[in-house]
Amino acid sequence: MRFKRAVLPILTVLAAILALWYAGAVWMNAQWSRDQAARAGVEIGFTEILRDTMSQERPVLPAPHQVAAEFGKTVFGTKVTSKRSLVWHGWVTLSATAVGFALGSAAGILLAIGIVHSRAMDLSVMPWAIASQTIPILAIAPMVIVVLSSMGVTGLLPKAIISAWLSFFPVAVGMVKGLRAPDAMQLDQLRTWGASRAQTFWKLRLPASMPYLFASLKVSVAASLVGAIVGELPAGATAGLGARLLSGSYYGQTVMIWAALFAAAVLAAALVGLIAAIERVVLRRMGMAR
Amino acid sequence: MTVIEARNVGLTFATNDGPVHALKDVNLSIGKGEFVSFIGPSGCGKTTFLRAIAALEHPTEGTLTVNGMSADAARQARAYGYVFQAAGLYPWRTIAGNVQLPLEIMGFSKAEQAERVERVLALVDLEGFGKKFPWQLSGGMQQRASIARALAFDADILLMDEPFGALDEIVRDRLNEELLALWARTGKTIGFVTHSIPEAVYLSTKIVVMSPRPGRITDVIDSPLPRERPLEIRDTPEFIAIAHRVREGLRAGHGYEV
Repeated sequence: MRFKRAVLPILTVLAAILALWYAGAVWMNAQWSRDQAARAGVEIGFTEILRDTMSQERPVLPAPHQVAAEFGKTVFGTKVTSKRSLVWHGWVTLSATAVGFALGSAAGILLAIGIVHSRAMDLSVMPWAIASQTIPILAIAPMVIVVLSSMGVTGLLPKAIISAWLSFFPVAVGMVKGLRAPDAMQLDQLRTWGASRAQTFWKLRLPASMPYLFASLKVSVAASLVGAIVGELPAGATAGLGARLLSGSYYGQTVMIWAALFAAAVLAAALVGLIAAIERVVLRRMGMAR
Repeated sequence: MTVIEARNVGLTFATNDGPVHALKDVNLSIGKGEFVSFIGPSGCGKTTFLRAIAALEHPTEGTLTVNGMSADAARQARAYGYVFQAAGLYPWRTIAGNVQLPLEIMGFSKAEQAERVERVLALVDLEGFGKKFPWQLSGGMQQRASIARALAFDADILLMDEPFGALDEIVRDRLNEELLALWARTGKTIGFVTHSIPEAVYLSTKIVVMSPRPGRITDVIDSPLPRERPLEIRDTPEFIAIAHRVREGLRAGHGYEV
């Protein structure tokens, strides 16, 4: 009964999406079928159009089963060490994401600690942090890559820095909020015991900020992945999901693009799920999950 | 022996709408082992005065000494424990962990921390609840835990700012009784802010009636009631007479419709 209640709505939504997707594929790919038929000088009926739109080599919108087939072939049907394997490309992106996420989260937490404890930082850092996020990442990414490669730094690190650029911000904002979560009464209480700022931080502010930290880590890990993918675009695009997206668009391989998009989505879902699992364990250990 | 001594204490807050006189010409001395209640309408400065004793606010005029030293020095000497209106227990710490918190901050040894936690939890009738988390306890039990926390480091003075204000009357009666028993057993000096006349009369050896604008003392009543006080004492003529005098004092300070 519980299973049914949980699964039924999900399946319904999934079925609706698939139906819309198929309808869209037919509608968007039909023009090509008609043009081909006109060029060959043959009349073409609705059933032929229907059949053709499901199996074009470079469709405007590939049908779901085409994407699924490409995904299956490149994930399960190819050796993971091959450059044709989505698992290999996914791993390249994931490693940059992980490093970028670690750098970004650490930077975000440190910034938040500074902002909460220093009035000067509170006034001066936040505007810059916000400004950093209003610059389009696509404009910054090539510059980071070029500047770093001129200094001899290539490979994973430049991508990780771009990833960190996107991921530090949600963590900084969330942690500032979290570290300020204790109310005036709780802070007065610590004053009556003569607690130092360090003690206030370790005993009250930091534990109180944990729910905020995990909420912002979930946002930031997804942003890290986007950053890593964007970081792969300008670097000649040889490896990673970003490279798959770029070469797919060079050669009009829409099926390949969609398969890479799905790989990115699966990766993002897995990362967010991982953070959520860690959150559950940590909050339960702290007695904060009921 | 005088523990808390206020001479011409005034406290003015600077606000955007100009200065607010929270306290003016407050003169009071509190002896060792007294139970002093501060009662008055909101804005009369009763909480501000308690906070000034705790060095959470600083008087702008006059002198205020605690145990013969400044309020700040008294805090450093761990002269008082402060109980706020809300229990303010950390949800990520067990009851024992919460009571242990001030001891950790003050640097007691691990063994002494455990021993003291055990002792004060017994003092407030919470033996066996040390391993529970705050949300597993009722509001009254949480407030008892916060009293235990204030007692853990052996301060001679207990300052309580409407500690039972958020609890229902039945729980409140019980906690009042227990507080008197605790006071009798430990001989602490207690400063207690309330806006309940029966609570003030039932608990106190001295009742300080205050009035607002500017916050000042209008009457100080030394209670003739014996220290030994069953709940039924509230129906005796003596009790009713003191309650009447408190009510008159509040009315004289105007702005308090009783």
